[in-house]
Amino acid sequence: MKPEAFEPKILAFCCHYCAYSSADLAGSMRLQYPPNVRIIRTPCTGRLETEYFMKALEKGADGVLVAGCLEGGCHFIEGNYCAKRRVDYIRDLLAEIGIDKERLRMVNVSAAMARPLTEIITDMVETVRKLGPNPLGAARTNPTLETA
Amino acid sequence: MIVAERKPIPELMEIVKEHEKVLVLGCGTCVTVCLAGGEREVSIISSALRMASRLAGQPLDVEELTIERQCDNVFIEQAAEAIERNDAVVSLGCGAGVQAIAERFAGKPVYAGLDTAFIGILEERGIWTEKCAGCGSCVLHEYGGICPVTRCAKRMLNGPCGGSREDRCEVRPDRQCAWQLIYERLKGIGQLDRLKKITPPKNWNSSLDGGYRVIVREDHRI
Repeated sequence: MKPEAFEPKILAFCCHYCAYSSADLAGSMRLQYPPNVRIIRTPCTGRLETEYFMKALEKGADGVLVAGCLEGGCHFIEGNYCAKRRVDYIRDLLAEIGIDKERLRMVNVSAAMARPLTEIITDMVETVRKLGPNPLGAARTNPTLETA
Repeated sequence: MIVAERKPIPELMEIVKEHEKVLVLGCGTCVTVCLAGGEREVSIISSALRMASRLAGQPLDVEELTIERQCDNVFIEQAAEAIERNDAVVSLGCGAGVQAIAERFAGKPVYAGLDTAFIGILEERGIWTEKCAGCGSCVLHEYGGICPVTRCAKRMLNGPCGGSREDRCEVRPDRQCAWQLIYERLKGIGQLDRLKKITPPKNWNSSLDGGYRVIVREDHRI
């Protein structure tokens, strides 16, 4: 039997005020993006604690995307800057552990950037696809069969 | 408060490599405030250890627990069961916490998960600075509340050294000259005349002499 191709499972923390709305808009505009992402809506990326990123990867996500507002455009003034620093901290920690830091990425979009968001998601999926499954071994092979 | 920093994950992995079950034990006091060894850091470091051990093919069960204070018997007792059921403890307390745990669990290896750095304060968000060297005979009253023992790179009691530039230290130009600060502070509170006094060499008997220090309060002993 032919082994199933690796389909990365990406967890995307999307800010309610921008990326989540953008993903919604992408749907309205009938734009396609890879079905590998599982979106979790957050009130602001500044709400995200560093341990969320660790837990996501520890539990088997192949990649974690943090999508916040454009710099200077945070609904809560500076939540996305807080998130950026936390993501950078965990990226360095991942390198210490021996996990490629590109598995965790922060991006900035506005609520109107549906098309760029689909490109960002596609790029993330392809980056993680090249990196291969989560080396911790808990990653699933087919994201469409699993719930996040 | 006591300020500490996380040890790098490869170093922690090397420390625990002979064990299969470890307890990562946090402390809810100073190291929580300096974001090095509280409940959140216990969670992050435990996750990191679990991931690193799986990558290294080195089986490691990591249990997480944080107690209020590791330097206090009453609180240490709350960790007793967790300590007993694990092969070893990685303490995220300060050096005192690590030793307090080790002394009370004779058969259990206890390791330091942090590098304890100094007694200091939160200067601004994410920045801590050293303020006190715990020398055992405080001279702050002589120097306008600015400690030359801790904050002058040369620990001069009769400064400045003459090497400072503007308000910068000669040894480390990214640091302020403690003696410049002392001068400005004494001037501000009208005590500049204190600087005319020559301070004799400091008596270090109360600090770097004769082993560890003990304070006894007979009135509080039972």
